[in-house]
Amino acid sequence: MFESLSDRLGSVFKKLKGQGKLSEKNIQDGLKEVRLALLEADVHYKVVKTLIAAIKERAVGQEVLESLTPGQQVVKIVNEELTNLMGGANEEINLSGGHPASIMLVGLQGSGKTTTAGKLAVYLRGQGRKPYLVPVDVYRPAAIEQLTKIGKELSIPVYPSDTETKPEKIAELARIKCAQEGCDTMILDTAGRLHIDDELMAELGRIKATTPPSDILLVADAMTGQDAVNMAKAFNDAMDVGGVILTKMDGDARGGAALSIRSITGKPIKFIGTGEKSNAFEAFHPNRMASRILGMGDVMTLIEKAQDAVDVKKAAELEKKLRKSQFTLEDFKDQMVQVRKMGSLEDILSMIPGMGKSKHLKQLKGSDKEMIKIEAIINSMTLEERRNHSIINGSRRKRIAKGSGTTVTDVNQLLKNYTQVMKMMKKINKGGMKKMGRMLGL
Amino acid sequence: MSWFKKKDKAEKAQKANEDKNPEQEAPEVKAEEPAAQPEEAAPAEEDAPPASSRQEAGFGAKLKDKLAKTRDVLNTPIEDFFITKTELTEDSLEELEETLITADMGVNTVMDLMEPITEKVNKKQITNSKELRAALTDAMLDLIKPVHENKELPNKKPLVIMVVGVNGVGKTTTIGKLAANFKKQGKKVMLVAGDTFRAAAVEQLEIWAQRTGVQIVRHRDNSDPAAVAYDGVAAAEARGMDVVIIDTAGRLHTQVNLMEELKKIRRSCHKSLPGSPHETWLVIDANTGQNAVSQAKLFHEAIGVTGMVLTKVDGTAKGGIVVSICHDMDVPIRYIGLGEKAEDLREFEAREFIKALF
Repeated sequence: MFESLSDRLGSVFKKLKGQGKLSEKNIQDGLKEVRLALLEADVHYKVVKTLIAAIKERAVGQEVLESLTPGQQVVKIVNEELTNLMGGANEEINLSGGHPASIMLVGLQGSGKTTTAGKLAVYLRGQGRKPYLVPVDVYRPAAIEQLTKIGKELSIPVYPSDTETKPEKIAELARIKCAQEGCDTMILDTAGRLHIDDELMAELGRIKATTPPSDILLVADAMTGQDAVNMAKAFNDAMDVGGVILTKMDGDARGGAALSIRSITGKPIKFIGTGEKSNAFEAFHPNRMASRILGMGDVMTLIEKAQDAVDVKKAAELEKKLRKSQFTLEDFKDQMVQVRKMGSLEDILSMIPGMGKSKHLKQLKGSDKEMIKIEAIINSMTLEERRNHSIINGSRRKRIAKGSGTTVTDVNQLLKNYTQVMKMMKKINKGGMKKMGRMLGL
Repeated sequence: MSWFKKKDKAEKAQKANEDKNPEQEAPEVKAEEPAAQPEEAAPAEEDAPPASSRQEAGFGAKLKDKLAKTRDVLNTPIEDFFITKTELTEDSLEELEETLITADMGVNTVMDLMEPITEKVNKKQITNSKELRAALTDAMLDLIKPVHENKELPNKKPLVIMVVGVNGVGKTTTIGKLAANFKKQGKKVMLVAGDTFRAAAVEQLEIWAQRTGVQIVRHRDNSDPAAVAYDGVAAAEARGMDVVIIDTAGRLHTQVNLMEELKKIRRSCHKSLPGSPHETWLVIDANTGQNAVSQAKLFHEAIGVTGMVLTKVDGTAKGGIVVSICHDMDVPIRYIGLGEKAEDLREFEAREFIKALF
């Protein structure tokens, strides 16, 4: 079982990298693997077919650039095709027209609309907008209470909807109330519905008619399977959505639905939801996503996150260190504190190129408790030990364990994981991480 | 209005199904249609009389009914393939493969299933689409039938069922429907509001308790779910309940801490009533793709899943992934969810489910 699409493609291209020349036959083998990987990643059957055809057409008969190995050439083509499919740049939310601006969230039941509404509100507030939450889900038990509670927690005003009023009427009344409250952006949280439920789909149309929304965002679960195409097509046909928010991206879903939805609707994915917290929400970058799928890591997002949490200079240093494999235990500890500001350790590590592939990374993953343990262990090391872990011998280990209230086994485990990570980084660098980085515009 | 249409289709489907499924038990309507249904007031009231006929419609009828709606939406309705094509070609096998993959069966499972069948086709042991369908149905039944045989619920009083799953699969709704279902069987049901994390999750379960007329145990928001579970099980025992259903917060299977929390809930159930929870049901959304495998695996590893409920089967998604899950993990599918109403829950029927897949 492969952990992710990037792992899978990583192993496919490792096979290709071993080849001196790229014959038509081993492209075929490689493409077969790519096809399998994409299908296992829940990319829709037809989308995969189109994608493979496009990659094949470009790969066969094209001259291999001098600076690249044939394997890299295929990686490049696959990457470009994936990026093409997902659209060029990040597209921002449309807030133009209408006072107040309004954003409609639509989607299937359980895709995460209500949670997303809260996150989007926080995001918009960060952009200097004044969001106003409007629950228009009058069907699901306690849906209004849910959004009301979320609003209260986040200190964002919520329209006092009730289940007796029709959704389109709520939207209309909320529009007036929004302006009275001094807010400029309404977020309409609609009820989850099946795309084949004609009555409820018609209701969405009526809400749209009463409050011409600036943007209609389809909220879709990253774990969605092949049916993503049917769902996305139906919502897009009915509502002409402006974009997509992909939720639950923090799981281990391979997220092929992103490709399917994009390809079937032509609408951009604008945001991704990455956790339960209200700030676990980020802009979607198609080019980065393609790199992520290809196992190139996501250095850009990492840097951006670091910039939010740390100062720019430190972030630049971090990037340099990551690329040069001079990431010492001391840096590791330094980051540990910052890391919590950026998100979970797992998030951060998975963004580092090649990390996604590491099975040993799993041991580094885990609970905050373990993070505290790791921090304690590193804290109990001398500066010298942190900079040069190779001097840590048996008696030093004993001392460190005592000092941190852990066992020697814990210390050994940390060092083992750390060295493995370092080894891997070196390998990536040797394997032309820089070259590949340049090639992919990283 | 769509529910009119639904009703018509359901009635038609039911008629069609009556002679097909004589052994199908026809669940009776709940004696007291819950009065408080503020959310769906209008349709619910008007829906009440035909609801009985809808309920009598068996599992198959309802699936077929839902499938009828699906048919216009799906890109490649396989039934067309079985109806229109009799001669088998390379293309027809590929089409079949496509249908199975787009039903989220998983590419490996599909290849395993197709291999022997392709061989038979090549050897001319299978020559037309009817035979092909029969062969495939049998192969799939072989995969999931054994898991579903002799899987009676343990005879415990109270029977403690813990319901788990990732976010948004429909745990709370499923519990509401389960409560209605058990109550209909004359059982005394208690719900335990173990989702203390998500905003208004407790309120949501409370509304279901009111609707179905069952008891509920709740604590304050953000209290320890293990404590709620402990109290709930203890209260159920004291009050002579037959079934206790514990709701839990949705969690991604990759979140180590939250999986640990589930283990703790289990432990505190056991402390309250040794041996409980007797059943642990994983709810899976039919819209989920291959990630369901990972969900099932990690939930199973953490707390030992004893049954599954497949929800949202009334959409266009087929939930084919559960075929390989219940085969690989030897865990039966207990129920499937076909809508948002209390009666939209059916016991799983392997043959009917497979029929709906292709």
